[in-house]
Amino acid sequence: MTELVVTDLTVKAGEAVLVNKASLTLGTGELVVLLGPNGAGKTSLLRTTLGLEKQTSGDATLDGTACTGLSPMQRARLVAYLPQQRPLAWPNSVRDVVALGRFAYGAAPGRLQPEDASAVDWAIQLCDLSELVTRSTDTLSGGELARVHCARAFAAEAPLLIADEPVAALDPRHQFRIMDIIQSYVERGGGALVVLHDIALAARYASRLIWMKSGEIVADGPPTETLTADRLAEIYGVRAKVTGTNIEIEGTL
Amino acid sequence: MKQHSWLLPALILSSVAGLFAACLLGSVSMPFDRVLSAFFGSGDQADRLVIWQIRLPRALAAYLVGAALGLSGAALQGLLRNPLAEPGVLGVSASASLFATFALYYGLVAISPWVLPMAAILGALAGTALIAVAAIRTQSVVTLILIGVGLSSFSGAAMSLLMNLAPNPFSLSDMVNWMLGSVANRSFQEIGLAAPFLLSGAAILLASRRGLSALTLGEEAASGIGLDLRTQRVLTVLGAGLATGGSVALAGAIGFVGIIAPHIIRPFVGHDPARSLIPSALLAGLILVLADIGVRLLPTSSELKLGVVAALIGAPAFVWIAMRRRAIND
Repeated sequence: MTELVVTDLTVKAGEAVLVNKASLTLGTGELVVLLGPNGAGKTSLLRTTLGLEKQTSGDATLDGTACTGLSPMQRARLVAYLPQQRPLAWPNSVRDVVALGRFAYGAAPGRLQPEDASAVDWAIQLCDLSELVTRSTDTLSGGELARVHCARAFAAEAPLLIADEPVAALDPRHQFRIMDIIQSYVERGGGALVVLHDIALAARYASRLIWMKSGEIVADGPPTETLTADRLAEIYGVRAKVTGTNIEIEGTL
Repeated sequence: MKQHSWLLPALILSSVAGLFAACLLGSVSMPFDRVLSAFFGSGDQADRLVIWQIRLPRALAAYLVGAALGLSGAALQGLLRNPLAEPGVLGVSASASLFATFALYYGLVAISPWVLPMAAILGALAGTALIAVAAIRTQSVVTLILIGVGLSSFSGAAMSLLMNLAPNPFSLSDMVNWMLGSVANRSFQEIGLAAPFLLSGAAILLASRRGLSALTLGEEAASGIGLDLRTQRVLTVLGAGLATGGSVALAGAIGFVGIIAPHIIRPFVGHDPARSLIPSALLAGLILVLADIGVRLLPTSSELKLGVVAALIGAPAFVWIAMRRRAIND
């Protein structure tokens, strides 16, 4: 089992504190959703955890090794990362983009070992892209593209996945499709940390919710325990009715 | 993914044919059989001289310069994720020829035959490094190209200043050669001086090409899948700087080849930057050899400069590519 442990992580940019003493864990078999308003420091937390941004203090470890001490390739084989910004520079074919997920194993599009090819095929199947493999990515819709990026991340066959707003700007049906794909990845033994803005979607899929505000982690626990009307007021400044995992947001406070 | 297994063999064959044609054609065209026998050391002494001392070195110089520029162009396009990136457009060729002109102006070239290529390479590396530093700070490719325009203009102005102050007409015409770009009268010795830089630059670019595919996903996701961004930047900048510097040392500043060849090649290699490198180099070499044949055959009173012809064809193509481009990442 692979485990990501973040302890007292602090990130500062100049004087501004982006993340303040955040601690969390992510193991295989759980789907953790990170919630919080814009500017709460979610993305900074994720990037620093992966070693893409420098932490001011605290540490993040993968199976006991500091993330900053891992080479980019070693890290990529343990955690797949789906960033918020997902530009594609060239109109490659869908299969070639998914094949890039095998980069950390020394593969390149057009040069896949049998195990790389089978991982790519598996990811393509998981994300329901079989019909689109030869299509060029500049002809795809937003929902199809989101699935291509997911497949790219899954092709790495990493035990953990960190996804920053994977369902942003998708219609409801595609939001559910992407979350279903992530959930099936977790059911097969993966572990996912996902940033979402849709609280209802988060409550439906998450095994654990991590609530963040102003750079700090305010609460961490299963939806049944941490999802309350008071919490929504505290974190988002909204008035809401919560019954079980059903949420009705009525307006701002 | 479309496979085009005929692409490389076809390019290699046409490259050989192009080089051979360059030996065949010229102010006095030589029949096929005489060229062949001159190649293999038999035949007329004068024929051998024309082939081995004049036409072949010139054709090879054009080919190597084109190949180096095509390779650098394809690699820089991969690194900056933009089809408009190229040593000429980014001001790298101009800063290389500025340094070369500088070495010529102050007579530094008299010290050692290595001074000129070294100066050109230093200029190329300075230009490429500046672009790379700017590329880290800004996400906008338009900004990068504007910096390239600024760099080109500055280098052009500085070269004009040196020409303005040129002590005699000979050094003036020397400098004009470097600014305009030409492979006329190149010898195997000059090729030998540029070769180490061309080869090491090409080797670095080819060795680090896999990372260029990763950059297709953008820098953030590329580091996510395991790319060491900093190393990739350093290697591509170093490789492109060495190759461009070597080509400027051999032929002066020749622009736009590095933009056209990768643009033609890309659809055939599934738009994968890594796989576009070698075919782009071969095609760019071929283009310059053909352009140079054109330069030699055109019945003009004084021979046209290769760089001028390349720009006359290349600049409109550049504008066309720029206009057709959809705003993806700027």
